[in-house]
Amino acid sequence: MRKVILITGRTIDQGKNLENKMSDEYLDAVARCEMNESLLSEIGATEGDTVRVKTEFGDVVVRAAKDDGLPDGLVFIPMGPWANAVVDTDTGGVGTPGFKGVEATVERTDAPVLPLKELIASYKEA
Amino acid sequence: MATETVTDVICPLCGSLCDDIEVIVEAGRITNVKKACPLGKSKIMGHGRIRAPMVREGGELREVSYDVAIERSAEILSDAKRPLLYGWSSLICEAQRKGVELAEEIGALIDNTASVCHGPTVIGVQGKGSPGCTLGEVKNRADLVVFWGCNPAEAHPRHRARYSHAAKGFFRPGGKKDRKVYVVDVRETKTAKVADEFIRVEPGYDYMVFSALRTILAGHEDVVPDTVGGVEKSKLIEMVDAMKSCEFGIIFGGMGLTHSRGRYKNLENVISLVDELNAHTKFTLMPMRGHYNVTGSGHTFAWLTGYPFAVDFSRGYAWYNPGETAANDVLLRGEVDAMMAIAADPGAHFPGESLRHMAKIPLIQIDPYPNPTTELADVVIPSAISGVEVAGTAYRMDGVPIRTRKIVDTDYLSDEEILERILTRVRELRR
Amino acid sequence: MGILIKNGVVYDPAQGIYGEKMDISIDGDKIVEDVSSPERVIDAEGRLVVPGGVELHSHIAGGKVNAGRIMRPEDGRKGRAPRGRLTRACSGFSILNTFSTGYTYARMGYTTTFEAAMPPLLARHTHEEFEDMPITDKGALVLLDNNWMTMEYVKAGDLDRLAAYVSWMFGATKAYGIKIVNPGGVEAWGWGKNCSINDPVPHFDVTPKEIIRALAKVNEELKLPHSIHIHCNDLGHPGNFETTLETYEAVKDITASSDRQVMHATHTQFHAYGGSSWKDFESKADAIADYVNKNDHITIDLGAVMFCDTTTMTADGPMEYSLHTLSRRKWSNHDVELETGSGIIPVAYSPKVPVNAIQWAVGIELALLIEDPWKVVLTTDHPNGCPFTFYPEIIALLMSKPKREEMLKGVSDAVGRRALIATIDRELTWGEIITMTRSAPAKILGLSESKGTLRVGADADVAIYDIMPESFDPAKGYREIEEKLMRTFYTVKGGEVVVKDGEIVATPPGRTYWVNPVGERAHAMREEMLKDLEAKFDAYYTVSMANYPVQDEYLSHPLEIRAG
Repeated sequence: MRKVILITGRTIDQGKNLENKMSDEYLDAVARCEMNESLLSEIGATEGDTVRVKTEFGDVVVRAAKDDGLPDGLVFIPMGPWANAVVDTDTGGVGTPGFKGVEATVERTDAPVLPLKELIASYKEA
Repeated sequence: MATETVTDVICPLCGSLCDDIEVIVEAGRITNVKKACPLGKSKIMGHGRIRAPMVREGGELREVSYDVAIERSAEILSDAKRPLLYGWSSLICEAQRKGVELAEEIGALIDNTASVCHGPTVIGVQGKGSPGCTLGEVKNRADLVVFWGCNPAEAHPRHRARYSHAAKGFFRPGGKKDRKVYVVDVRETKTAKVADEFIRVEPGYDYMVFSALRTILAGHEDVVPDTVGGVEKSKLIEMVDAMKSCEFGIIFGGMGLTHSRGRYKNLENVISLVDELNAHTKFTLMPMRGHYNVTGSGHTFAWLTGYPFAVDFSRGYAWYNPGETAANDVLLRGEVDAMMAIAADPGAHFPGESLRHMAKIPLIQIDPYPNPTTELADVVIPSAISGVEVAGTAYRMDGVPIRTRKIVDTDYLSDEEILERILTRVRELRR
Repeated sequence: MGILIKNGVVYDPAQGIYGEKMDISIDGDKIVEDVSSPERVIDAEGRLVVPGGVELHSHIAGGKVNAGRIMRPEDGRKGRAPRGRLTRACSGFSILNTFSTGYTYARMGYTTTFEAAMPPLLARHTHEEFEDMPITDKGALVLLDNNWMTMEYVKAGDLDRLAAYVSWMFGATKAYGIKIVNPGGVEAWGWGKNCSINDPVPHFDVTPKEIIRALAKVNEELKLPHSIHIHCNDLGHPGNFETTLETYEAVKDITASSDRQVMHATHTQFHAYGGSSWKDFESKADAIADYVNKNDHITIDLGAVMFCDTTTMTADGPMEYSLHTLSRRKWSNHDVELETGSGIIPVAYSPKVPVNAIQWAVGIELALLIEDPWKVVLTTDHPNGCPFTFYPEIIALLMSKPKREEMLKGVSDAVGRRALIATIDRELTWGEIITMTRSAPAKILGLSESKGTLRVGADADVAIYDIMPESFDPAKGYREIEEKLMRTFYTVKGGEVVVKDGEIVATPPGRTYWVNPVGERAHAMREEMLKDLEAKFDAYYTVSMANYPVQDEYLSHPLEIRAG
C-alpha cells in the first residue's frame, strides 16, 4: 500500500465517450488509474492489473496504467464515476467538491473493476 | 438520396465552440464529420440514444409516452418542497431561459455545471474582477501564452491551432514561431510536452507560486525562498521577466486551479497577478470552460436572475450563495427532495456521496443519451440534440455567442419544448 | 375601443403644448384624434400627462452589462424582489436583471430604451437580453469606430467602401445607430495604450479625428435616422474639455441629412473637466455649454453623477483600467477582436470627495447652462454616473434651487471653489424637463414621428404622474417630485396600460428598432467591400463569416426602419 496524492481530470478518450458512457470504451477510458513506471513497479503492478485506490471518502478498483508524465507520488484517474467514488466531498465553501489533490493509498489487488451499472447501483439503499 | 455537405457547423461539445465543421448528410443521416476533433466528431456522429421516455416502476425503467413522462415530472416537481434543477450546460440558451422560468415557478434551486467546474473561477472574479478578451485577441496579438492547470491537447483539442498556441494572427503571422508557450501543471500533460516551457508545481501549491510571482513582480525577489511549490526561484524570475517583457500575454486557467487546494483563492491570486502585470504590459486571463454552453448558462442565469449559478428561488427572489446553494452543497446535506438533471450527467460527475442522496429522491432526467444518471432516474425523458437536431444560441468560453445549427431532423422533442410542457402542467397542478 | 385619458394637464413640447388641460385619445397602439366609445376612460383629474419617456443612452443589455452582473452579486442583492402574479423575480441596484430593467423604466414612465454600446461580435447577446426585457421598445447603438475595417478604409480615404461596410454591419448586428467610443484609443488598448484625438492609432496610422469625421460623413450619406453618437477621447481626464470641444468642432462643416444634429455627444459630464491634475480638477461645464449654445450641429446628454455605489462600464477599456489604478476596486476587461473592448469597475461617488462632488456639480450645471432643452438630454449614462433610478432626484435638482442648496450643504467645499452650481439660479420648468426626457431624445434619435410626442399618429406611449402642475410649486415640492416620478399613476405603452398606481399590470414584449440602410450609398460598393471583409474573417476573426450576422430569430418583435 503506497500513499499518494490523487488528481482527476479530462482525457481525450474520456471526452470521446462523453455521450457514450454505457459502453465498454467509456469504462476502458475512465476506470483506470495512471501512475509512473516506478510507482507501478513499487506496488508490484503492471499495466492492466487492477489496483485499489482508497481515500477517506471511499475506495474503488480500477485498472493500472502507465503515464511517465506523472511525478512520483501522484496518481491520475480520469473524471467519471470511478474517480468520483473516492474524491473529497468537502465543497470548500464554494460548492465545488475536491476533485484534485486528495490523499489516497494505492495497492495492487485481485478484485475486479465494478461495471458501471453495479457501481451506480451501489449508491442505492438496499 | 442526395449527399449534402453542411458547412460552418458549430460543434456542440466543448467551450471552444469551433464553427468551421463540415457535416456530411446522406438520406437525412449524418455519415461523416470533417475538421472536428475526435471529441466533437464523436458527438456529432452520434451514439446510442435513449429510445423512448421511461418511468421507473418496481425498480425497473418502463417505456411510456412523452405525455406520461411529462405528467409524472410535473407531479414530482409540484409536490417537491426543495427541488433542484441541475445541468443546463450541454444545451442551448433558449432552453436555459425556459429552465429559469420553471425554477422561479416552483421555487427551485437551479444550478449549472460551473459548480463542479469553473464555479471557483466565477467566485474569484467576484472578488477581483476579470481581465480578459475574446479568443481572436489571443490569435492576433498574443506573444506569450500560459496554460495553467489545463490541458487543451486533451480537453479542448483544437484550441491551440484555432486560437492560441499555433494560430496565425495579424500581428503574429508566424503562429507558433511568434509566441512562447508555458505550461504550468502538476504533471507533464500532452500539452506540456509540446510547450516551450513546462513548469511543474507540487499539487496544491499554485497559490504560493502565484504569490511568489507577484512578489518578484513587485521587486521583492529577495524574500522569495529558493523553491516555491517545487519550482526553483530562478525559473520564477525567468517567468516574470517573460511576462513583463511580452507585448500581449494571456493565462488560460483550468480546473487544476478550481479543483485543488485553495479553489477560488487560486483564482483571486492569479487575477491579481494579471492585474498587476498590466502596469507593465498588456495581460489577460481566460478560463478554459468545459461544456460547450456552460458559459451561456452563466450568462442566461445572470441576466434573468442576477447571478451566474447556484441560484435558489425558495424565497421567491433569487438568492445566491455557492457553498450553501450549489448542487453538491444541497445534495451532500441531504436537503433536496426532488431533482431534475438536464443536459449534464451528475451520475458520472458528482461525488458518490451526492449520488447516494440522488438515489433516495425522485429524479427526473432529460437528456439525449443514457448515462449513469439514467441508472438512478425515476423519470427519463429523451430530448433532441441541441446543435445537431435543434438550432439555438451557445456562448463560447470567451463570451462570444454563436447560433448553433440544426443539421438533421428528429422525432425527439427539444429540451425547450419538454420544459415548456412541464411548466404548463406544473402551473395547472399548482393552481 | 381604445382609451380616453381625460382632464390631464398635458405637456407635449413637440406640439408646443405646455400645460394645457386636454384629452388624449388612443386607438390600438396609436394616438388618435378622438375615440368615440372608449373601452377605458382614465380620468387624470388635473394630473401631469406626458409622452412616455425616451432613454437614449443607457447600458442595459449585452456582454458588458452581464459581465457586471456576474462580477457584482453584491449589487444584485440590493434590488431583489420576489416574483409576483405578473412579474418575474428582480435583482440589482446599478445592474438590474432584464426583468427589473423593463419594469423599473415602465414604472418611471419610460417606454423607449436604447442600449448605448453593442460590440458587433457580441450583438446576438444584446438582442437575447432584449427578448427578456419586457415592456419598453428598444434599440442598440453599434460600436464601429475601433474596427479594423473602419480604420483601414479611413486610412485609405475610401468612404465608399466604408459606407458599404457600415450598412452591412447594421444588417448583420441589427443596429439602430453608429456608436463611437474613444476612437482609436480602444484599439491602442489592445497593447495597453491609449490615444487622444490627434494621436495616430498604433499600426493603423489614422487619428481619432479622422475616424470621427469619416463616420460622420458616412452617417449622413446613408441618411441614418440618428447622427453619430460619440463618447469622446480622454473621458474622465482633468482638462479634457479641450478634447471635447475639438471633437465638436471637427464635424462642424458636415451637413446633416435631416433636421437634427450632426453629432450627439454623450455623457458630457465626464468630458467637461478643467485643470491639469486631480488637485486642480474643476468644472468646465460653462465652456461646453457656451459652445452648445452657439452651435446647432451638436446635441449632448448629461451622464449626471449622483452619490452612490454604482458600477461603471464602457467600451472604453483604457479608461476603466486607469480608474482601477486609482480605486483598486475589482476590474473586468473584455477586448473584442478586430472591433472594440470594454471595462467594468465598481465606483462609489462620495459627496465628501472633492473630485466626485465636482463631477456631481458638472452634470447639473450642464443642464442648467445649456439654454435650449432640445439640445440636452437627461441621462446618467446608466449605470456609470448612477443608476437611472436617480432621474427623479436629478429632476428635482434641476427644478428646485432650494433642493440644490440643501444638497450643497453636504458636499465637499471644493464645489464652491471649482464648480459653478452654487452660482446658478435657473430652475427648469415642466416644459423643459419633458423636452429633455421625451421630445429631445426622440428628435435626436430620429424618432420624432412616433416617440416623445402625443401628436395624432404617434405611438400611444403615455405617462401620467400624480402631480398637479397647475397647483404645484416644484421649487418647494422637490421631495414630492422625487417620490411621484418614481412611480407613475399610469403608464400606457403601445396603447396598453402597463402600470397603474405604480404597479405593473401588464408585461407586453417591447419591439426592437433597427435601421436598414437601403440607399445607393449603402450598396454601391458592397461586393468590393465584402471581398475585404471575407479576407478579414478568413485570416483574423475566430468566427466564420457565415456564423456572424444576427439571425432574424433574435428579433421576435422587430421594427425595421429603412434609411437612404
